[in-house]
Amino acid sequence: MPLRTSAAVVAGKAARVATRLRGGGSAFPGLVAERVDPGFLAHALQDVRGGIVVVSGTNGKTTTTKMLVALLRAHGRRVFTNPTGSNFTRGVISAMLRELPVGRGRLSADIAVLELDEAHALKFAAAVKPTHSLLLNVARDQLDRFAEIDHTARLLASLASSTTTGVVLNRDDSFVARVAPDLAPGVEVRYFGVHESIAARLPELLEADVRFGDEFTAPEPAAYDGLLKPADERAFDVVFGAGDGVGPVTLQQRGLAAMINATAAATTARMLLGEAFDAATAATALAGVRPPFGRGEVIQVDGQPLELVLVKNPAGFTVALGTYGTTPVATMIAINDNDADGRDVSWLYDVSFASLRERGVATTSGIRAYDMALRLSYDDVSVGSIEPELIAALDAFCAAHAGEPKRIFCTYTAMMALRRTLAARHGLPDFGEEG
Amino acid sequence: MPVFDEPGAAAPSVRPSKGTINLVHLYPREMSIYGDLGNTRCLAARIARHGYTANVIGHHPGSLLDRSAHLVVGGGGQDSGQARVEEDLFANADTLRGLAADGVPMMMICGTYQLFGNAFVTVEGQRLPGLGILDVTTQGNAKRMIGPSVLETEFGTIVGYENHSGSTTLSAGQSPFGVVRHGFGNNGEDQTGGARTANVFGHYLHGPVLPANPRFADALVAYAAELATGRPFEPEPQDDGVADQARTRQIRRLLGSDSAR
Repeated sequence: MPLRTSAAVVAGKAARVATRLRGGGSAFPGLVAERVDPGFLAHALQDVRGGIVVVSGTNGKTTTTKMLVALLRAHGRRVFTNPTGSNFTRGVISAMLRELPVGRGRLSADIAVLELDEAHALKFAAAVKPTHSLLLNVARDQLDRFAEIDHTARLLASLASSTTTGVVLNRDDSFVARVAPDLAPGVEVRYFGVHESIAARLPELLEADVRFGDEFTAPEPAAYDGLLKPADERAFDVVFGAGDGVGPVTLQQRGLAAMINATAAATTARMLLGEAFDAATAATALAGVRPPFGRGEVIQVDGQPLELVLVKNPAGFTVALGTYGTTPVATMIAINDNDADGRDVSWLYDVSFASLRERGVATTSGIRAYDMALRLSYDDVSVGSIEPELIAALDAFCAAHAGEPKRIFCTYTAMMALRRTLAARHGLPDFGEEG
Repeated sequence: MPVFDEPGAAAPSVRPSKGTINLVHLYPREMSIYGDLGNTRCLAARIARHGYTANVIGHHPGSLLDRSAHLVVGGGGQDSGQARVEEDLFANADTLRGLAADGVPMMMICGTYQLFGNAFVTVEGQRLPGLGILDVTTQGNAKRMIGPSVLETEFGTIVGYENHSGSTTLSAGQSPFGVVRHGFGNNGEDQTGGARTANVFGHYLHGPVLPANPRFADALVAYAAELATGRPFEPEPQDDGVADQARTRQIRRLLGSDSAR
């Protein structure tokens, strides 16, 4: 192996140990390795023969990646992945450093499944062409970084066109489905989507695409395209176009979004595994997937469940409120505006909070606690208290609602801070330790 | 199609309404990508809280505006959204110019601010004409101006969030809406923020701007109420404690400790 890659592995591993001692984030060690050897990624993935799969899109990347990995592992495949939700290229490198033996900079795995945000998916594709990509959706998210939805859509289209073997697209999302004609010749396309029985719920999930004058029509499902057919908020079947399917499955994570992610993962797993795909194995694997941290994760606090729900953008928050609105509990909302959250909090006005009106919100917190309370006032949702300090708010919230189930909707850095405190108190696995 | 579910505006009032204010939101589908519908939500709720009735009208491409509007708001869109509304805007140009001349309050943000100017000149040098209600010209840039923003205006210190690639220049004689204290404003160079002609305001502040800056919101409501009723604005006392906290904390973060007022 090249000397530089070896040096990169050593330097990156050293940084990783240092970062973990400080209790810090998952992307820093990868940054070190990326600086030392820009060819690191291509070299490390050289022996991965069964596919290099990139999962991208605005919402559901972490959950879908976790489900796809579980499906492939249940079929006996050795899978490399970046399970921490650190979806920048250097987060991928950080995850690799954990598994790379020093002195041999190549991963030993059958398939790599990588969760990458739209911009980093392209950076990654410039270094290593993915064999497969799974494009979930395009929605308003961090417009301070991506500037425009149309721009995000273009990033995903470029990712798809640099994919060499197969692409799985969301047939209901016109931003995504419209990339099909731009694929390289010979690249196979499969679609996932929702069954016609729940098509009426699509507007709550999808962003309006106003780029074209003509109305978008979803392509007809073909034999291997997977459609979601739910029975209730947790149980569903994935029905393939040919009539066969996976299910019924009951997920541990609640809601329509999680079920759509499972449908995307099952459709992609079938494409990757071909004849080896087994519906019963797939159903068992999906049922065993625990929610990724902060994505509907349930933490037991003094004998009562506390749900941590990550919210990042209008579509995600709307889906989360729809999912959890059926079981109102004591609620806290924590909104930060650091870079990783998106510095612009305008999007809170594109979410309807009417479903919280009856029960009210106990506490708002985070750097923009007052802006969140102000937003709620315009939906006539009462707010019990406003406490910008996250841990003070958490303590007061847990004390005031000790004997009942609780839920916290939080942006990314607020979730990280809250979970760190909850993990220390209640013995949860560390970031990056699960999967 | 309703602009949004507006509980605040629909809340039953114990006292008879002081009058009905027609609030028109231009292109809610194409041009309200950065939470700009929050301004309409805020205005509708404050109109109701002041004892008036808000009649919220979403104006979509292909329909004709009439002269009954008392308050008009427009937001920012993407280039594709902007391209989709241009034709409709010109079809309604005379109505909008007439409303502006009559003193109808309007607040145009970002993309609609640019469209209300004389022209938008693309990066390639192509000149796309605007309505010319505001005497400003916008030059397209490769670089975007993104970040939190603070303007000093006649309605006090106003906070918002900018996200635009156009650089807008005011013609000689065109009043700015405010002076930039943090962020880029019209162009990142001359410290001007937005423009004002009669009661037409154009600027780059998303946020959305009105909920956190209730003095500005109420000024727009006041102009509209006078037009709608023919009487001076009759405000009710408002509890804006949370809005004031949201705003002053943001000002303190951006300008330093003793700048909030």
